[in-house]
Amino acid sequence: MIFAAKPGWMSRQARDALLGPLFDRNPITHYVLGICIALAVTASLQTTLIMCMAVTVVLCGSNTIISAMRHQIPGSVRIIVQVTVIASLVIVVDQFIKAYAFELSKSLSVFVGLIITNCIILGRVEAFAMKNPPWLSFLDGLGNGLGYSLVLIIVATIRELLGSGTLLGYTVLPSAYEGGWYVPNGMLLLPPSAFFIIGLLIWASRSVRPGKK
Amino acid sequence: MQADHSNPNHSNQRAFAVALVVCVVCSALVIAAAVLLRPVQQANRLLERQTNVLAAAGLLEPGKSVEALSKQLDSRLVDLASGEFVEVEDPEHFDARKAARDPTQSIALTPEQDIAQIKRRANYARVYLVWNKAGDLKTIILPVHGYGLWSQLYGFLALESDGNTVVGLSFYEQAETPGLGGKVDDPRWKRLWPGKRVYDEQWRPAIQLVKGAVNRKSPEASHQVDALSGATLTTRGVEDLLRFWLGPDGFGKFLAKMRKGGN
Repeated sequence: MIFAAKPGWMSRQARDALLGPLFDRNPITHYVLGICIALAVTASLQTTLIMCMAVTVVLCGSNTIISAMRHQIPGSVRIIVQVTVIASLVIVVDQFIKAYAFELSKSLSVFVGLIITNCIILGRVEAFAMKNPPWLSFLDGLGNGLGYSLVLIIVATIRELLGSGTLLGYTVLPSAYEGGWYVPNGMLLLPPSAFFIIGLLIWASRSVRPGKK
Repeated sequence: MQADHSNPNHSNQRAFAVALVVCVVCSALVIAAAVLLRPVQQANRLLERQTNVLAAAGLLEPGKSVEALSKQLDSRLVDLASGEFVEVEDPEHFDARKAARDPTQSIALTPEQDIAQIKRRANYARVYLVWNKAGDLKTIILPVHGYGLWSQLYGFLALESDGNTVVGLSFYEQAETPGLGGKVDDPRWKRLWPGKRVYDEQWRPAIQLVKGAVNRKSPEASHQVDALSGATLTTRGVEDLLRFWLGPDGFGKFLAKMRKGGN
């Protein structure tokens, strides 16, 4: 069914749905969406990776499901239906994380549950999945998930490396507290530092491609 | 969007029907995930608790599984009002946080009593005992919690069989400022605790966290631990919660009984 979607499974349109959100239409640097989660979870790379996976799975799932149902959903209740589907997917993903990545689920705490309110997901469902076939919507979800992950991973790498001197928990810059030479910058562990880093990333990406608004 | 009644997608019945079907299917999905994954999640929680208890008692050994090590933990329920053990089938089933919220299983604390800022205290608490090979009591591990600067700190205090000498203190759940108050689970700070005495000669809680370094020559030094630098309120929270749980509203009566060899 999905593969029989009309525009061909890797047409130009499909490539654009997948690759566009990575750079040109990146949900964070272009639309500035989903920032609160980006601030909260990026103090360490490991929690960020789990968060990125969770967001990507929910994006792909909700886009595909809503797209498959799009002709059945009455306009008057479409937001309710969309949020119900998104919320259910988020709860299922949260349960899986609690079961199979228990240690990380503690540091993610409420933020997995808050994916429900992430504007990127409802935004993609409403703006894309309601108008496009499932395969394209799936690619759009994947593209946005990866685009979101790309930015979060850059932010988390900077924050964990300079804030704790580690990457994925392994010591890269031996910290002065444990006898090394690097004095970790504690500010990078606090949420406001993510604001600065994301701000600089948005500036950088818009300077490289000034034509895009 | 204007309602278009000629289009069946826009009629009210249809809206209700679609919403209902979506809700039922989604609920089934969520219930299935919660029920099927619950055993794994519960096992995770038990394992985590045992890891924390072992860590506080200094019994964690690299390379040995927590399941094997936790066999030496003897978990018991204690009635805090009397200090006596309570006989139950499986103390691991006791949920201390749920009990503290339930008015039938907890007491409200007056502001004078509530130095740890926990508002309600459960009537029972789960403690862990470790016995040596000869069958003598080696370590008593007590759950403690209280408010720091931003969050409730949850941890375990491990005492020697005299009910006074600290074996270890460790917090497994806190949301204090990273790098400052968050250092309550810093291994270097935790190493300051073993050997300290929590009570004075009259068996009053005497543990103190002092700014700067502890003067080792002072007669009080055995009750004093360095405060966390830059984290006055978290430090005060730790001191208050230890004083609460060691005092008459906490484990005071239980520890007095253990000292007399009662129970």
